[in-house]
Amino acid sequence: MSDWVFIVVGLTLTAAAATALFRIIRGPSILDRMIASDMLLTTMICALGAEMIYNSHTRSLAAMFVLAGTAFLGSVVVARYVSRNGRL
Amino acid sequence: MSFDLIADILTSVFLLLGAFLSLAAGVGLIRFPDAIARMHATTKPQILGLTFILAGIALEERQLSTTLVLMALLAFQMMTAPISAHMIGRAGYRNDVIAPGSLLVDELKQSIDEVQQELGRAENEPKNENDDGSPN
Repeated sequence: MSDWVFIVVGLTLTAAAATALFRIIRGPSILDRMIASDMLLTTMICALGAEMIYNSHTRSLAAMFVLAGTAFLGSVVVARYVSRNGRL
Repeated sequence: MSFDLIADILTSVFLLLGAFLSLAAGVGLIRFPDAIARMHATTKPQILGLTFILAGIALEERQLSTTLVLMALLAFQMMTAPISAHMIGRAGYRNDVIAPGSLLVDELKQSIDEVQQELGRAENEPKNENDDGSPN
């Protein structure tokens, strides 16, 4: 597989992570920040997968699982905290 | 044209599609007006983009054990992403994050109104029972 595919994929994923980071910093409410951090974790999972294809190994599969679980638990906990607290 | 070449080309296409979906979600995250619209944008790479990347891994490794782990990961993501999106959306509704007038159909408001009416009726009923029960 040619290298330019991975260069394009890396640049695109970096841009996506940068936009998520921008929304985490600027987000008006804590829910916007939570959505953006969810998206940042998804981008990280995709980046791990692309790296696994580039170096042709499967060592990062456990890390992908952990990132997916962290994204789920984080958003559920923050959503419950916001619901109970009643203010942003 | 060997099978390896075809698999390589398909993997490249899948990788590019997954990365493009992530970038599209990022653009939506910056440009959309309120939290619910942003959530709509970010759910695309959460399922479809991840599916593309995992399909690329499965095509490149071509081993049953790896493919099974990838399917488990995808199933986990498919089960948990709607739950977290549901809870975040509900929390946003209750805290007025949603821009007013952006909802065309608001079924949650109908349900909340119905429950509140029932609660009000339940508060009124004991009084009536006491009034009616006074002859005894």
